[in-house]
Parts: sequence; structure tokens; C-alpha cells
Amino acid sequence: MSFPQTHRVNPAESYRIFGVLLPQCRIALIVAGCILALVTPFLVTNFTVFQLTQVAVYAIAVLGLNLLTGFTGQFSLGHSAFYALGAYTAAILVDRYDVAIYWTILPAGIVCFIGGFLFGLPALRLEGLYLALATFALAVAMPQLLRYEHFEGFTGGVQGIDLFKPDSPVPFLNSDQWLYYFVLFVGALLLVGAWNLTRGRTGRAMIAIRDNPIAAKTMGIDTSLYKSVTFGVSGFYTGVAGALGAIVAEFVAPDSFTFFLSVWLLVGMVVGGLGSIMGAIAGGFFILYVPNFSEAVVEFFYGGDPSAKALIWVAFGTFLIFTVYVVPNGLAGLVRWCVGRLVR
Amino acid sequence: MDLFLQQTLGGLATGAIYALLALAVVMIYQAIDHFNFAQGEMAMFSTFIAWQLIAWGAPYWVAFAACLVISFIGGMAIERIIFAPIHDAPVLSHIVIFIALTLIFNAAAGFIWEFTIKEFPSPFPAALPFKTNLIGPHELGIVGVTLVMLGMIFAFFRFTPVGLAMRAAAANPDSARLVGISVRKMLALGWGLAAAIGAVAGMMIAPVVFLEPNMMLGILLYGFAGAVVGGLTSPGGAVIGGFMMGVLENLAGTYLIGSELKLTFALVVIITVLLFKPAGLFGRVVVQRV
Repeated sequence: MSFPQTHRVNPAESYRIFGVLLPQCRIALIVAGCILALVTPFLVTNFTVFQLTQVAVYAIAVLGLNLLTGFTGQFSLGHSAFYALGAYTAAILVDRYDVAIYWTILPAGIVCFIGGFLFGLPALRLEGLYLALATFALAVAMPQLLRYEHFEGFTGGVQGIDLFKPDSPVPFLNSDQWLYYFVLFVGALLLVGAWNLTRGRTGRAMIAIRDNPIAAKTMGIDTSLYKSVTFGVSGFYTGVAGALGAIVAEFVAPDSFTFFLSVWLLVGMVVGGLGSIMGAIAGGFFILYVPNFSEAVVEFFYGGDPSAKALIWVAFGTFLIFTVYVVPNGLAGLVRWCVGRLVR
Repeated sequence: MDLFLQQTLGGLATGAIYALLALAVVMIYQAIDHFNFAQGEMAMFSTFIAWQLIAWGAPYWVAFAACLVISFIGGMAIERIIFAPIHDAPVLSHIVIFIALTLIFNAAAGFIWEFTIKEFPSPFPAALPFKTNLIGPHELGIVGVTLVMLGMIFAFFRFTPVGLAMRAAAANPDSARLVGISVRKMLALGWGLAAAIGAVAGMMIAPVVFLEPNMMLGILLYGFAGAVVGGLTSPGGAVIGGFMMGVLENLAGTYLIGSELKLTFALVVIITVLLFKPAGLFGRVVVQRV
């Protein structure tokens, strides 16, 4: 028995923007973005390359958080803990067991997947705010755990662990550029992974859980399984970001992974756009550049006064509230709105 | 045995602080169904206001009262200005705003009063009228203040018309509106009360931990833990939970894990309670109708 085949056209495919089909615009933009990302390291200073590498690291972490919050609708204020777990896994593997840096990324991700999955299991019972609370506690407690004296043999205690950047195996790249390409490569893999994950059956199940958990359950979706696996995958992404971040910064210490890192990731996600994969990249740029920029502005007006630096955060919080009011879907939502205005 | 007694009493004293904060957390939770992650920073900011008034020469109790009034109005203003427009927005928006408020209060306090540690006076006499080395006068004072606050809140909800209206607005906003209760006003009132209770907590804590913008994060975690242990639907439970957290913290610190893992201990308690008894010890189980 065969079902009649119907050919359906996605209406979005026939829209035009300035006379060009929308999907073609998108492909052109993605190709342009890729070329820009590949060429940039040769055009800018080493310090900028270093910053862009950090942008990529943050983007991966924001992407991880976004998979959890944007697609499954669960909150986490504890992703700094997973970031820390990934960073420390990589650092300990390098420091204690002489593993080559490239081979620490995957184990860091796997450790965080397991950690996320296990933390996600209680998450089945914790809804919304309770989960936010539990993860908040996790984030607040993490630096203390890392500092704990009985783990000092592994974690290096308060001092943390020093790492070293890998040398570039390619003759015409310096180590900063090489690291940039490495992070970019990993990031691209994860991006495509997230894209595929959210666009298929799994993605639809995740979104169903976000939009109406009860209906999702009625439709036969194993909500508990999806929730904890998503928590695990989200942990995986953030852990990989943590490991890469540790290598880029060449250093891990308990105080780099405070609750405020979680706040940053959350801010990056909200500003970039909930449930938007490309928004994660925007979020990465935001996390790195906006504080630097506002610091420069404050310094221009107030000089080096340390308490004036606090003003940055006041401005920042205000900006965040403003974002929630004006562009609740973040930059991605803004772009989507603009495109909606332009298409014919 | 002496050590045990001393640690338990000391735990009750810190527990009183947690209990006050837990009370504030539960107040807001009752009114809006959310945790206020900015509660700790709001309390810290209120305490700074009181400190400033005292530094300008106001007597302690005048500053205390003025601080309560300012916090109450401030809390109402936050509800009216910031939360009212997004009342129907998804939970995430609320969480983001709580986080934003945390940043703003923390940084604004640092900007106005700088990040140096400040001493905050205790309103209680320096020596107790009877002789004991188990508990200090300020600690005993905190316990007293907590119990008085709890009594006042209980009386407010139980015996005043406004308290009844607030309970109605929280339990069933639609029906409350139908009988003529202004749910908007009740929400604002809930925020105001919570801010004022937080201010009391802040002013009681400050003499113990010293006043600085970052003093609240750890305490807030214990306040949350207290609220969760006692049950988020029960103010009395929250107070008992707060006291329990104080005692447990001290006993676990003395006999089990040492002082280095206190925050981790709070994490474990929160998760354990949420896993095995999500409604808390004294809370009501909320059944959702589909």
C-alpha cells in the first residue's frame, strides 16, 4: 500500500527580498560569513584574533544554554558550573595525565554530558523556577568545591592550573591563528550538530515540550527522557566551550567560574535570541565586546576610578531590562522582523 | 556537649538571619509565584540607605524606620514600574529581569558607597543582663526580631482585611477581582512588604558580616534553602526552615564537612528537598488542574 505523495512548498521559500529568493539570500549570507571568519585572522592583530577566539568559545557555551532554554524551555543559572567542569577536565587531563590538548575536548564534553544528564534527572521533577533555583545553588557552590582542600591534588586549589597554548603545526600560522582555526572548526561542527538536532523529529519534540508539556506527553513524547538528554547535550556543549576556554586563557582557577559567568551566558542568550542558533554567535560577540566597550566609555568620562567601573554594570542591567521590553526575541528576533518587513 | 550546645545556639542565631530572608522570599513567592533572585541585593541596598542615614547623624531607630519606609516604597515602585508591564510575559523574562536588578543594585551600591567594608551598628545593648557565654546579645536580638516579625506577619494576614485581600489575590486573582479586590495593588503591596522585611534582614545581618555590596550572595542561598525546606507556601514554615538551616550549617560544619563547603551544603539540602519533598516540610502540595 502506498500513500499518495503530496508535494508541499514551504511558503518561506517563495518570498523575495529585493528580488532575490529568501533561501538564496540565506545561503549567500552564510557563505559570506564563513569566508569572513576564515580570512579575518590574516587581516587583524594577534590580540584581535585572541578576542575572536574567545567570542567563538562564548558562542559555543551560549549555544549549549540555548539548546536547553530556547528549545526545551528549561532554565539554568548553573551553566558556569558545567563550563568549569569542562575547563577543569581539560586542564587536569593535560596537567596530570599529559594528554595532548586536542584530545581533552571530547572527554571534557563527555564528562559534562554525564554531569548534565545526572543533574537533569532531578530536573524531571523540578519545573521552571525550581530548576532555576537548583542550578543557581550549583553555580554559587561551584567555586567553593573547586577550592576544596581535599581535591587540591587534582584541582590545584586556589591557585588553579596553568596551561600552555599548542604550537601551530602549520608553518604560515602563528599559535594564536592556529588556535582560532581550531576553535572555529570545533564550533562549526557543534553548530551544524545543533542545527540538525533541532530541525528534525527530536527538535520538534523539544519544542513541543517547551510550548505545552502536557500536550507533548499526550502525543507520546517521552518528556523525561528528552528533558534530561537535552540537559546532557547542553552540558556537553558548555563543557566543550569550557575546555576550549581554558586552553585559550591558558589558565583555570576557581574564581573564573562564579555565578556571574552564568549571568553572562544567560545575557548572551537573551540578547542573541532565544531558540536561535545564529543568535548564539551574536551572543558570543555581545559577551566579549559590549563590556569592553562600556568600560571604555566609562573610562572616557570618569578616568580610572574603580567605583565608577560599577557604572558599567548598572548600564548593563538597564540594557538587559530594555532588551526584555523592546526586543524580547533578541537580535535574531529583530533580524527576523526586519526581513519580514522587507520581503515581498 | 558544651560544643554541641554552643554550635546549636550559634546556629539558631545565624538561622534567624536566614529565617528573615526566607520570610521575605516567601512573601514575594506568595504574591507573584516567583523567586526573587534580587532579594539579597535589594536587602543590601536598603541596609546601605540606613547606613547613610546614620552616617548623616540620624539616631539608629529613626534611620531604621526611615529605611523601612523607603524600602517599602522602593519595592512597590519596582513592581509598578518594572514588573507590571510584563506581568504576562514568560518566566524567563522575569528571571532575566531579576538578574538585571541584581546587577543594578549590586553595582549601584558599589558606585555610590564604594566596595570597601563598612561597620554597621547593632541596636542591642553590648552586654546581656544575665550571664552566659553561649549566645551574644546581638544574636539573641536577631532571634527576637525574627519572632516578632513573624508574629506581625501572621497577625497581618490572619486578622486584617488587607491581609485577607492579599491572600485572596494570590490564591485566585480572577475571583478576587470579581469581589472588588484590586489585584494590582495587592501585588505592589506584596513587593513593598517583602522589600521592607528584606531591609530588616539586611540591617540585622550587617553588624555580623559587615556591610559591603557582595555580602548577600551566600546568605541569600541559605535564605532560599530555608524557604525551600520550610515550604514556599508557608511563612511560618520558612522561618522554621531558616532556623533549621542555621543549626544544620553549624552542626555539619563542626562535625561533618568543615567550614569550607558551607555553600555546597546548602546546594545539597536544596536539591534533596526538591527531590523528595518538593512542597517542603510545612508547605501545601499544589495540584494543577489540566
